[in-house]
Amino acid sequence: MNPLLKSIFSANFVFATLRVTTPILFAAIGVAITALSGSINIALEGIMLIAAFVGVIVSAFTGSLWLALIFGVLAAVGLAALLGYFHLNLKADIIIAAIALNMFASGITVFLTYIFAHDKGTTSSLKSLVFPSYQIPILKDIPVLGKMFSGLNVLTYFALICVVIFYYLIYKTPLGLRIRAVGQNPDAAESVGVDVKKVKMYSLLLSGFFGAFGGLYLSMGYVSWFSRDMTAGRGFIAIAAASIGGNLPIGTFFGSLLFGVVNTLAIFLATLKVPSELIQMIPYITTVLVLAIYAIQKSAKSRGEE
Amino acid sequence: MDTILSIRNIVKVYPNGVVANKGISFDIEKNTIHALVGENGAGKTTLMKILFGIETPQEGEIIYKGKKVHFKSPLDAIKNGIGMVHQHLMLAPDLTVAENLTLGIEPRKWKIFLDTDKMNEIAKRVSKEFGLEVPFDKRVKDLPIGVRQRVEILKALLRNVELLILDEPTAVLTPQESDMLFKTLKDLKKHGKTIIFISHKLKEVKQIADRVTVIRDGKVIATKDASELTEHQIAELMVGREIKSERIAPSPKVGEPLLEVENLDYINEENIPVLKSVSFKVRSGEILGVAGVEGNGQTELVEILTGLRRLTSGKVIINGKDMAGKTPREIRENGVSHIPEDRMKNGVAEAATIKENLIVDRYYKKPFSKGILLDWKYITNYGKKLIKDFNVLATSPDALVSSLSGGNIQKVVVARELSSNPSVIVADQPIRGIDVGSEELVHRLLKEARDKGSAVFLVSADLDEVLELSTRIIVLYNGEIVARFDDVGGLTGKDLGPYMLGVKREE
Amino acid sequence: MEKYILKYFDAIRTIIAILIGIFISILVIYIISKSPGGSLRYFLLGPVLSKSRLGNVFETATPILFGGLAVSIPFQAAQFNIGQEGEIYLGAALGTAFALVFHMPAFLYAAMVLFFAGLIGAGWGYIPGILKAKWKVDELVSSLMLNYVAYFFGLYVINYHFRDKKAGFLVSYQLPKAAWLKQFIPGTRIHIGVILALVFAILVYYFLYHTKLGYEIRMVGFNRHFARYGGINVFKVIVLSQVIGGFIAGVGGMVEVMGIHHRFNWQMSPGYGWDGIVVAIIGHNHPILIIFAALFLAYLRVGGQVLNLMSDVPSEMVTVIESIIILLITAEAFLSQWKYRITVREAARKEELNESAS
Repeated sequence: MNPLLKSIFSANFVFATLRVTTPILFAAIGVAITALSGSINIALEGIMLIAAFVGVIVSAFTGSLWLALIFGVLAAVGLAALLGYFHLNLKADIIIAAIALNMFASGITVFLTYIFAHDKGTTSSLKSLVFPSYQIPILKDIPVLGKMFSGLNVLTYFALICVVIFYYLIYKTPLGLRIRAVGQNPDAAESVGVDVKKVKMYSLLLSGFFGAFGGLYLSMGYVSWFSRDMTAGRGFIAIAAASIGGNLPIGTFFGSLLFGVVNTLAIFLATLKVPSELIQMIPYITTVLVLAIYAIQKSAKSRGEE
Repeated sequence: MDTILSIRNIVKVYPNGVVANKGISFDIEKNTIHALVGENGAGKTTLMKILFGIETPQEGEIIYKGKKVHFKSPLDAIKNGIGMVHQHLMLAPDLTVAENLTLGIEPRKWKIFLDTDKMNEIAKRVSKEFGLEVPFDKRVKDLPIGVRQRVEILKALLRNVELLILDEPTAVLTPQESDMLFKTLKDLKKHGKTIIFISHKLKEVKQIADRVTVIRDGKVIATKDASELTEHQIAELMVGREIKSERIAPSPKVGEPLLEVENLDYINEENIPVLKSVSFKVRSGEILGVAGVEGNGQTELVEILTGLRRLTSGKVIINGKDMAGKTPREIRENGVSHIPEDRMKNGVAEAATIKENLIVDRYYKKPFSKGILLDWKYITNYGKKLIKDFNVLATSPDALVSSLSGGNIQKVVVARELSSNPSVIVADQPIRGIDVGSEELVHRLLKEARDKGSAVFLVSADLDEVLELSTRIIVLYNGEIVARFDDVGGLTGKDLGPYMLGVKREE
Repeated sequence: MEKYILKYFDAIRTIIAILIGIFISILVIYIISKSPGGSLRYFLLGPVLSKSRLGNVFETATPILFGGLAVSIPFQAAQFNIGQEGEIYLGAALGTAFALVFHMPAFLYAAMVLFFAGLIGAGWGYIPGILKAKWKVDELVSSLMLNYVAYFFGLYVINYHFRDKKAGFLVSYQLPKAAWLKQFIPGTRIHIGVILALVFAILVYYFLYHTKLGYEIRMVGFNRHFARYGGINVFKVIVLSQVIGGFIAGVGGMVEVMGIHHRFNWQMSPGYGWDGIVVAIIGHNHPILIIFAALFLAYLRVGGQVLNLMSDVPSEMVTVIESIIILLITAEAFLSQWKYRITVREAARKEELNESAS
């Protein structure tokens, strides 16, 4: 068999796909939960970046993974809160405010990297902890499945759990009901005394929470350092992933998985003699294609108006 | 009787400088139906928003059950027993009835989860108590509008509301649905509730209100027992002068058909047939009025005629040419002008200047532009002229449309649409939400256009308007023309009603 | 007085936002720097203390101005195309390739190369444009994705086909002299492209405010439904606004190569597209105001570089300041209380006038 196909049809491929999907999935859940409340959140890029950076710095200086986790999440939620404050209280356009906050995150992380690590590129001079991987007791001994699904980073498992959390949150809790109500008809929610701003703020904070793990995974799971702009557009890909999935839990999961598969494919293709630049284009081209196909199908179904 | 609510000297200035309430005061007695009437823009809705905690007044106070209150949010108002049913229903379309009803006061399981069983139980209980039936497990978007309104009322009752505000509740209802609503309101009164009923349909006001407050131009004109006033008197108070209920003079000369529609069918995105073999003609020098309850295909028909929507099959012949499926520009070039139903959506670009709004259908023609360049000097003078001719209250053609009042915005639309010497005018709700002065001007202009030989296609939810202006009338019900009246002499709303409601149809 | 505050409220708010941004930078410098006085001087006055640095301001402003103009056109049509970064990059990369492959008579050379780069940018703007117009694909997401495609593809073309292996680092071959934009002020690198950028700004101004297509673009931006109702071909406007924006971006990218580096040397995407968004917002999408916004941003940048070079404060501080300024400018409610109080007073005054008149 062709070596490429061989590697694609291997347990390794599934394993790698889950690894690659992890940060996208976290971010996509963040995007989706804000979308359900009726706002588009393109700040996941900055949210992840800031969590990735704070996690590394805190772990390097305190040696505590838990503190790194807590402060990483706090920083990301803080950035999301800032977005919420500017959008909801100061009535800034949420897209432009998010662009500004992405710039802010990009600038401040490099700025502080220089202050802490005296290097503008990476924090590799600092020793960061990483989140451990986990062998699932019985599963790990099953031949193929074990190789696919066991021994992944704890955050990857947590990402999968987050899909379930997202589902329950949205469909089974009062907050979820309110988020959906606000997204569908904010005036309706307001008319029964639901504080629309507050609900939107909560959904943004939640997006910060989920996004934080995506960032932490990048700097403290995937690798063990922070490097400038290391999110590399994943926060934007997440928007596509969530929108393909209709911003609903299961859909968002499969949307993210799709991009995980394509990204992994790109990595596997890199072992062949193909210029890496061309391979790195694949996930982005795929995003555009998938969005286009998705939209074409949707417009084929509807007709008449415009 | 006890006074439940006292409104004292309310003054409200919006950030854009519009003064909506100029010192409003009146009392509402407990356990009555109190009608609040006034024209669009008189300040009723603003006042109710203040009462409901959505807006904050600059001056004045509200005394509710003997206490001075200051609601900061709708929640505040609801907690104090004041509920509101808005003009546009406040329901989330994808949530079920039970979810909508309990939104904001959701029963919980283990503190953090929704208790679905209890949600249904609560909904059932309140619906039984007040005798208002609704399907709990259906999504709101699958329900007819009258039922949705019932859900809305239940929502308030569920929250132990004592004072219920209804903002023009019958605007979206069929007459039967309205009757059901009135029965409900009377029942609620028996249950000890107080109701504020906002309307400008005077028949309804006379039918159910105990007391009436008339507001005009941000001020209270009168508060009286409904029995003391006749409809005619209320109307006079509302508009501040005698109103005429006569017909305009018939056309001097009716000529060839300029707009002919043949067997027009339209099936919408959800695969529902919205228009079914609609055929009619409008001739030069006449106004064809379309009567019908809103939502029976009028909007779609108008959009198809003007190129904003694509028909499924049929012919639209304008000035002898089939324009079906043509673009708005091609249709306009063929002599059609369009006064749109929703002027803020289609009729203007609010953030642009008046002159920019006046040229949207002609900027590319001489003398508005030469080659690729616009001639601003000419356009400015042209704008000045139209502002003067059409009596638009504006400082200059460079003023933003957003700085104008509703009536003046409509004048800008009408100025543009009638100054292009159209042979066919499609006028959809041309006087909706504008003041009486503007209303008269618009009607006069339509009549003048007709007399000059235009064919006017008039769609209006206001029967009086249709009766007043039309040379001939067709009635649209459920996407079909169910009646045609070539002779409108002596015709009244009563004659049209049964057709509009689908009770009767011509063979 | 108050009437004027209302009239120029947006301008005043913008200036206050900028002042706050500068104030914060001063604060940061005081906190971070060991010799704050000196650092502050480098930051605020660095750009004007030498001829070459002042030149730097104009050189830096040039691609930013192109970026801002490129952003302003789709933004005025309410198209959130933020693909200028990719258009600039790909325009420059393929423009360089074009210039290296096709040699032309000197009088045509620069113009042809710039035109070609513009076409590349335009093509890159066409994709999200047509996807949006035809199938309602969100242009924000698609243009974002295309930025990455442009980056990797441009990098591939340069690194695999036009790489100057004699140079110590990853750059393209040098362009023939005839394709350079002349640097004409000795002691600086100010080149013809700087003038070209200003000419473009004026052209874009005339285009948006005095041509039929410009009018169409603005009306679609104000209210798409209104434009369609009035007979404007919204489809055409959505596509063309992004194509024209793309053209300007492509030219801007190539101008930078031809005026400053004379070869393609961007291993990282230079960020002029994002800067363009920044200046478009500061300048409220108005081409003439964008000139000043670009100069302002360039001044901050050069100040930041001087600061970085001469002191212990990293230049990324400027990015942070930029983001704060943008946040404040787009925050509609920022200072709105103040505006509201003035409006109420004005309304009361008018009301009084009316009362006394009648």
